Amino acid sequence: MVIGGGIAGIQSSLDLAEMGIQVHLVEKLPCIGGKMAQLDKTFPTNDCAI
Amino acid sequence: MAEDLRIGVFVCDCGSNIAGYLDCPDIAEYAKTLPHVVYVKENLYTCSEAGINEIKAAIKEENLNRVVVASCTPRTHEPLFRESCAEAGLNPYLFEMVNIRDQCSWVHMQEQEKGNLKAKDLIRMGVAKAALLEPQEPIQSEMDPKALVIGGGISGMTAALGLANRGFQVFLVEKAPELGGLLRHLHKVGPSYVNADDLVASQATKVEKHENINLLTSTTVKAMEGYIGHYKVTVSSNGVEQQFGVGVIVVATGAKVLKPEGFYGYDGKRVITQFELEELFRTESFKAEHVVMIQCVGARDEERKYCSRICCMTAIKNSIAIKEQNPEATVHILYRDIQAYGVENEALLQRSKQMGVRYIKYDQQRPPEVQENIVKVYHHLLGRDLELPQDLVVLSTPLIAGEDNQSLSKLLRVTLDANKFFLEAHVKLKPLDFATDGIYLCGNAHYPASVREAISQALGAASRASIPLAKGVMTVQPIVSVLANEDACRGCGLCVALCPYGALEIVRTDKGRKVRVISVACKGCGVCAATCYQHALDINSFTDQQVEEQIKAFLSG
Repeated sequence: MVIGGGIAGIQSSLDLAEMGIQVHLVEKLPCIGGKMAQLDKTFPTNDCAI
Repeated sequence: MAEDLRIGVFVCDCGSNIAGYLDCPDIAEYAKTLPHVVYVKENLYTCSEAGINEIKAAIKEENLNRVVVASCTPRTHEPLFRESCAEAGLNPYLFEMVNIRDQCSWVHMQEQEKGNLKAKDLIRMGVAKAALLEPQEPIQSEMDPKALVIGGGISGMTAALGLANRGFQVFLVEKAPELGGLLRHLHKVGPSYVNADDLVASQATKVEKHENINLLTSTTVKAMEGYIGHYKVTVSSNGVEQQFGVGVIVVATGAKVLKPEGFYGYDGKRVITQFELEELFRTESFKAEHVVMIQCVGARDEERKYCSRICCMTAIKNSIAIKEQNPEATVHILYRDIQAYGVENEALLQRSKQMGVRYIKYDQQRPPEVQENIVKVYHHLLGRDLELPQDLVVLSTPLIAGEDNQSLSKLLRVTLDANKFFLEAHVKLKPLDFATDGIYLCGNAHYPASVREAISQALGAASRASIPLAKGVMTVQPIVSVLANEDACRGCGLCVALCPYGALEIVRTDKGRKVRVISVACKGCGVCAATCYQHALDINSFTDQQVEEQIKAFLSG
């Protein structure tokens, strides 16, 4: 089980799932993305945060 | 086939990102006039759940057999749209993406009419190409479930243990006779003040005893061929060569300390480096009473523009060690900027100040001068020179890239940055991967790191490397090079020499020398197809014919 669906939780879940492990990702808000989903662009590459 | 084509076009507003500058309804109307287009839909956000559902519904209800989305960049969104097509039962490679955000609304904000025309051109080209797309199947390949870790410092040992503990067989190659790397020469490790020797010993013992780790010291990597899942490695131990196969590789080759020859009268005795100061602590031969440390020696200058990041913390840690040993000793740290990030390091900085360590900021244009028994430094607030007593000057020098980085990067076909450190695939999204699949990096090989960071990275690299190992089978995108016309190939080998991924080889066949594509290693960059003067090679989904039709569609506008 991964607690928290921000960028750290999402990446952990993806890596575990890629390894073939069943993952439960728990997020208290209605949608995942956390702080990063609220950003516009992220430093230093200026990628769209979403 | 041509008469059965049913193409659907989805035009994305991207909120106001695209629709704020382009006339999306007009573009959608235009798309309806293009050949074989039977369905057009404008979406507020095509990538949203609603937009995706509209694509899926249209594939089913309108019997679409090609889908074109005109929106943002395929680098971020193509996988999503392909997957949506697959979920609706359409082969995901019958999808084409047109980028009307980066290439139209963003770059032509000031000339919206022209941007609008360009968007129509691009969609016309996308539709022309979509008409020729062929279904593709993913390529699968077996995985050799073993790993090679290059470098036996703290990063390499940690990565090797991480992989070995997961049950994978690991070859750990270290060029020195002993494990430990730079850590073998350090005294204590901040911020926890663990003895470096104890840390090395405990990790080294685990490595040596681990049944899954094949430890090869005094060994260097001589040759490497293959691709993810099937790397063939040749190593040399004291002149004796051996070969083995692995599926993945972790680069943990570390870095070395700059020896500041020619800086501030460096002599290794009265003027030494932080690294040499650690040696004095280790051997309990440190006796100085008036120490002056100078930061950024050979770093953040014209020759080495980068900040080595760890030297501030090293200086802070060592200044505390001096004060603890002899509270009467004076320590001055002459710095340009202090980098002490994180709660513990910030606390150590404050502690050193409380213990009486003095910090003086110097200007790069007016560097300190080391003279007999004093260091002269210009104090920018007092506006005059200070003369600080010294019986030992310690220079904080940066970590620099290892001398083997260049040759190793060529062997592994991975890239180095401007400072000859190894370069990750993506600074945020793939910080521990190389652009070449199946090769990972951690620790000082990437950039100067503290022990704590090196260990985190090593655990992360081991975790990333264990993903393909755990899967056992590699699945890769079929957008790869194919030998479309075997008869045309003369086996000249030009493409083999140019391929950046080692994905081509010349084989002998009944028809003579021919090129063979190792599909799992191919990234579909297209260098080979563009080079081949016989037009023997094609890239799936980017064939000569498809590109030609795109160009014709452009010219017909």
